[in-house]
Amino acid sequence: MRLSPSFNRSLWVFHFNSGSCNGCDIEIVAILTPRYDPERFGVRLVGSPKHADVLLVTGPVTHDMTSRLQRVYEQMPDPKVVMCIGTCGQSGGVFYDSYNLDGPVGEVIPVDVYVPGCPPRPEAIIDGVVKAIAKLERLEGESS
Amino acid sequence: MIPVFGIDPLQVVGGTIAVAVLGVLAGLVFLGIDRKVTAHMQARIGPPIRQPFRDVRKLLCKDSIVPENAIPWLFNAAPIVALASAIVILLYLPAGSIAPVFGGYGDIILVMYLLTVPALAMVAGGFASGSPYATVGSQREMVTMISYEFPLAIAIIAVAWRLAAAGIADPFSIATIAANPVWSVVGPLGFAGCLILLVVLAWVTPAELSRIPCDTPEAETELAGGLLVEYSGRNLALFYLASGVKTVAMASLAVALFLPWNISGYLALPPAAGYAADIAFFLLKMLVVVFFSVSVIRVGMARFRITHVVSVYWGYLAGLGLLGLLLVVLDVAFGAGVIA
Ligand code: SF4
Repeated sequence: MRLSPSFNRSLWVFHFNSGSCNGCDIEIVAILTPRYDPERFGVRLVGSPKHADVLLVTGPVTHDMTSRLQRVYEQMPDPKVVMCIGTCGQSGGVFYDSYNLDGPVGEVIPVDVYVPGCPPRPEAIIDGVVKAIAKLERLEGESS
Repeated sequence: MIPVFGIDPLQVVGGTIAVAVLGVLAGLVFLGIDRKVTAHMQARIGPPIRQPFRDVRKLLCKDSIVPENAIPWLFNAAPIVALASAIVILLYLPAGSIAPVFGGYGDIILVMYLLTVPALAMVAGGFASGSPYATVGSQREMVTMISYEFPLAIAIIAVAWRLAAAGIADPFSIATIAANPVWSVVGPLGFAGCLILLVVLAWVTPAELSRIPCDTPEAETELAGGLLVEYSGRNLALFYLASGVKTVAMASLAVALFLPWNISGYLALPPAAGYAADIAFFLLKMLVVVFFSVSVIRVGMARFRITHVVSVYWGYLAGLGLLGLLLVVLDVAFGAGVIA
């Protein structure tokens, strides 16, 4: 891994909706408001997975979204982090055992950080980003 | 060293390297200041000013992906050409009282055309990406270029023409324009005309730099990054640097055209301190230009639709520019100000 303090302080985020109810997506948009201002830490929402360092996945991964999620994940250049936002991405949540799910997210792509909640509060998502940074720092320490 | 074609090669090479390094550094600092100031205007705290340096360092340590259906050599060459041509513009523009490296060659018309090269490189890169988003972005970038070129040309020509009417020799040379502030030769009508042209130039700047409200070619919400959609890692970092250098180039063009004063003439300073004071003042003027024409406009507006870009730049701004030009012409016709 080619990690550095600059990497942790400049996480560009790509948001992927794998079939969520939109609750978590609204909370993600809420983080980007001036009240929470994630740009303080260099976090920025980008429009293309090619630019992204962090993939925020919401939703339980429906059949149709499986291959797309995998393709978006593969399009992101290394090193990269995946965060799963919301309970339904972890266990299915309210969609548990539904007929049209391939998820949870962890069975489709490798996930680094889970943020539980239905939907999680913006503070929880920011805490998840902090956890992701802590994980990156640990990996950085191990690799050097 | 033996001069080649009247140029000292050592001086040119050394000067070019110095301009490249300083231009890139200044560009990143301006991007950082722009982001910080924008954040404060939106009641946010914003990233630290060194954030662009971090972004570039991070991009440099990421993988650079070349898409399967891209044209690899063009795809990889476009960012390099964009950055290099942005630096070349700086070689023709004076910084404070320091003459540009290629001061004796080329004039303001050349600079106007050089300004299109980084944008053309981006267009070529977009078409070479083999992605429909990038193709649409490239087409929009070309439309934007066609739109802002005319108002930009009006502003530049009006200033040079007024200097020519005042009997100043070689009015298209940048050294002449910088040495003779246009404000010192105009009468009241021309003054109003030049103010209008200054506003036009301030509005051309965001279009030139693809910033809001003219970031239609990149439009990350509808085109997923447009031109740059397929770029990652090192190539994206080069485009990032090029956008910083372009900001410096546009700001120093505006300074050279409309705010060319130096302060060393007013202060009794030893030569070295005089140069330093001029550079500091020059950076301050550029900061003012960036603040008004990039940050304030960016905070105050949403993105134009591509049709709006054309109607605003070809219609309103070109009309405004022609009005400014008319006032400058009338200024000469009525014999106000300095006339040969
Ligand atoms: S976790 Fe809850 S709020 Fe979030 S997408 Fe799933 S169902 Fe919706």
